[in-house]
Amino acid sequence: MSSRRSRSNQQSSTSRITDDQIADLISKLQQLIPELRGRRFNKVSASKVLQETCNYIRNLHREVDDLSDRLSELLASTEADSEQAAIIRSLLM
Amino acid sequence: MKNPSSSSVKSRFTRRFLRALIKINRQKPSSSSSREIFLRYRRIRIAADKAMACVIGSRRAWSRAVLRRIKNQKRKRLADSLRRSNGIHGMKKMVAKEEDEISYEQENELRKLVPGVGAMDLCSMLDETAHYVMCLATQVQVMRKIVDFYST
Repeated sequence: MSSRRSRSNQQSSTSRITDDQIADLISKLQQLIPELRGRRFNKVSASKVLQETCNYIRNLHREVDDLSDRLSELLASTEADSEQAAIIRSLLM
Repeated sequence: MKNPSSSSVKSRFTRRFLRALIKINRQKPSSSSSREIFLRYRRIRIAADKAMACVIGSRRAWSRAVLRRIKNQKRKRLADSLRRSNGIHGMKKMVAKEEDEISYEQENELRKLVPGVGAMDLCSMLDETAHYVMCLATQVQVMRKIVDFYST
């Protein structure tokens, strides 16, 4: 148990990174966020990792929306058939 | 973190999503009004989320939550889409933050963004988040490639 527990913390209920497991998970998350990837040696604070994770997820949601939008317009204007799908599939695999 | 099966997640998602796209495209709308395009956009987005959630199946809380949400939307139930569970009461941090503290505000912010983690402890939620982020990023990557392909 860390002795770093802040004394003024009686009412605040923050989660402290005393747990190795949490620290591990935070660093695993860090590697997934492009903004923070590869900053392994400059330790990024857990707070920053969570913040960037939230931003990243929000951006990804927006991208899914945007890409779905573009796809719907593209589909309306092209003749996609199963042959094209097979081509795409082979390109992506 | 490289998951050995992440490339199979990618290819399985691609297959499912493409299949759904073909189906959606087959139903040619009578007009290309903006309403039609909007409806299509909605169906495509749901198809993308659903395809990824199906690939992961019941293994993860987030995928179960996504599948549940989609099923409920289909039945036109309103309640679930507004559900926000705060695993812990959202207390604001009163004291000056030290660098590596996570405030409940931040934690709850994340809980709102990741499906299905409402009642989880912090550890489980972080683990779930990592998996969700990986799959979401894969989903975006594949969708981008498809859009690029159709754009040329």
